[in-house]
Amino acid sequence: MTDYIWFLAKRAALLVAVIFFGVSAAFFITHLSPIDPVETALGRISSQASFSPQAIAEMRQTLTELYGTDAPVLSQYGNFWRRLLVGDLGPSLIAFPTPAMTLVMQAMPWTVALLVISTLITFVLGNLLGGLAGYNQNNALFKSLGMLAISLQPIPYYVVAFILLILFGFVWPVLPISGGYAMTVTPGLNLPFVLSVLNHAILPALSLVLVGFGSWFLGMRALVSNIVTEDYVTYAELAGVRKSTIVGSYVMRNALIPQITGLAMTLGTVFSGTVITEEVFNYPGLGSLLIDAVFEGDYALVLAVSSISVVAVAGAIFVVDLLYPLLDPRIRSE
Amino acid sequence: MFTVLHDLVRYNIEFAIGLGLMTAIVIFAGLSFVSPVDPTMVYLAIPDQPPSAENWFGTNSRGQDLFWQLTFAFRNSLVFGFTVAILSRIISIAVGLTSGYVGGWVDRSLMFVNDIFVAIPIFPVLVLFYFVFRDDLDSFRLALIMACFGWPFDARLIRSVAMGLKHREFTRHAVFAGMSTRKILFEEHLPYVMPIIFSTFMNNMLWSIGFEVTLAVLGFTDINEPTVGTVLYWANSHSAMVVGVWWWVVIPIILVVMTFLGLFLLAVSTNEYIDPRSRLRRMGA
Repeated sequence: MTDYIWFLAKRAALLVAVIFFGVSAAFFITHLSPIDPVETALGRISSQASFSPQAIAEMRQTLTELYGTDAPVLSQYGNFWRRLLVGDLGPSLIAFPTPAMTLVMQAMPWTVALLVISTLITFVLGNLLGGLAGYNQNNALFKSLGMLAISLQPIPYYVVAFILLILFGFVWPVLPISGGYAMTVTPGLNLPFVLSVLNHAILPALSLVLVGFGSWFLGMRALVSNIVTEDYVTYAELAGVRKSTIVGSYVMRNALIPQITGLAMTLGTVFSGTVITEEVFNYPGLGSLLIDAVFEGDYALVLAVSSISVVAVAGAIFVVDLLYPLLDPRIRSE
Repeated sequence: MFTVLHDLVRYNIEFAIGLGLMTAIVIFAGLSFVSPVDPTMVYLAIPDQPPSAENWFGTNSRGQDLFWQLTFAFRNSLVFGFTVAILSRIISIAVGLTSGYVGGWVDRSLMFVNDIFVAIPIFPVLVLFYFVFRDDLDSFRLALIMACFGWPFDARLIRSVAMGLKHREFTRHAVFAGMSTRKILFEEHLPYVMPIIFSTFMNNMLWSIGFEVTLAVLGFTDINEPTVGTVLYWANSHSAMVVGVWWWVVIPIILVVMTFLGLFLLAVSTNEYIDPRSRLRRMGA
């Protein structure tokens, strides 16, 4: 048990460190930017109508107070942390004066749902099939699955999503390729909306699953093909233990432990992949929001999206790490 | 060296395919040195011509011959991947060998930093850098930034090997003979991790070229420099698929998938070669 507490303490320290360094990096990188949020906001506002110089000067002063850009960088940094803790990161420019945090929170559920569902599908499918492939090494079906995994695994998220977009957008247009739901349905808890959301999620989720599947499959196959040569597996086979029990409880369960560690370690990459995929399919998540914010030079929103991404990914990694002792009885019992 | 290569080609079909694909891509990229056209010029050819005997890969809507354009694009992308791989290998070797050999609090703190880098989602960070540098974000700067993020996984791998080497007889001999730590790491231990470095080199190139393509397609790099990503960027901005100039999109994608597949096959097959058990199984022993 003390081991478990020690493990938890180390992981919690890592969580805090990742959030601290990640968010600080995001803050300092954006503050090196030559873009002055006040001037950008002014440019946007004054491009729509003409104002007297006096009105512009007043607006400039109000906006400077709003963004707090006249203070020295270090005190801005302190303020930034204080405001991040209460969840207020200033107004965004894209949808002025909506707070950046509101936009992030609107986009968040889309990204989280897409990420969680596709990661679950990928993890379960990849490990299950990989485990079976490792156990039945001479099976033709699993061999060809292995070839498929090898040829899909190296292709980056963007390219896979782009290929799917071409296939289902131009060659065989059966699935929606853009947006989170159809324009004709009203958002809410009704059947047409839910169906539309699911329909729109197929392609983004499929591209994430296709990319992710290979590495789990190949990793699990390698692990299992090493475990099946162990003495205890041969012993269980000789003792007449049912095959499904051997594969499920003796082999796969042991192989799953390093895979869970792997899941925690790849979450950052998978998050990047989700963000990229969202942009390809114009999915209303954090990815599209981030890209829009960059194109518009929206300072507060860029900072909000990247800080929240760091916090969310670090939090998710922590949660996966907590699962670890559930699978590995050695940590629990000691 | 050559016997190893010969064995690999003979007994490892994946290595042979990977080597073939990469040789083809490198030769293709090398053709850019004899290119008759300047890749930065536009409207040198008739726009939107499908592939023909004259223009092997067709021409794009900007009046450029796609064949020569793509030779430059692949050269730049490969050089980019190579730069990132070299730079991040230097970091991962330094961190991995030191961490594994020295151990103790040095190891713990280096691995803590390592874990932080693993957990930070890199895409938002790269986008932030674009936000700061804007159009000054050229290939070299991007390569430097990516190298800072490309080392942690491999450093951990190298560390695990270095930890094993630490307790081997020859290390102790070297210590007693009065070799300095730096010398032990670079003269005694480095040769042992060379195969890992080679295999992760390929994986790292793949990873960095993948991100370069992604960033460039979104327009987040210097779009006037021909790379695989910027070719696709221009194709998208001219709505090539909608207009029917499919070769502008399909040909680069086929070539880039060949590159990724080639690099990946080289990486996995050398990785397998490092493990003597799987090598023997392959040779039928």
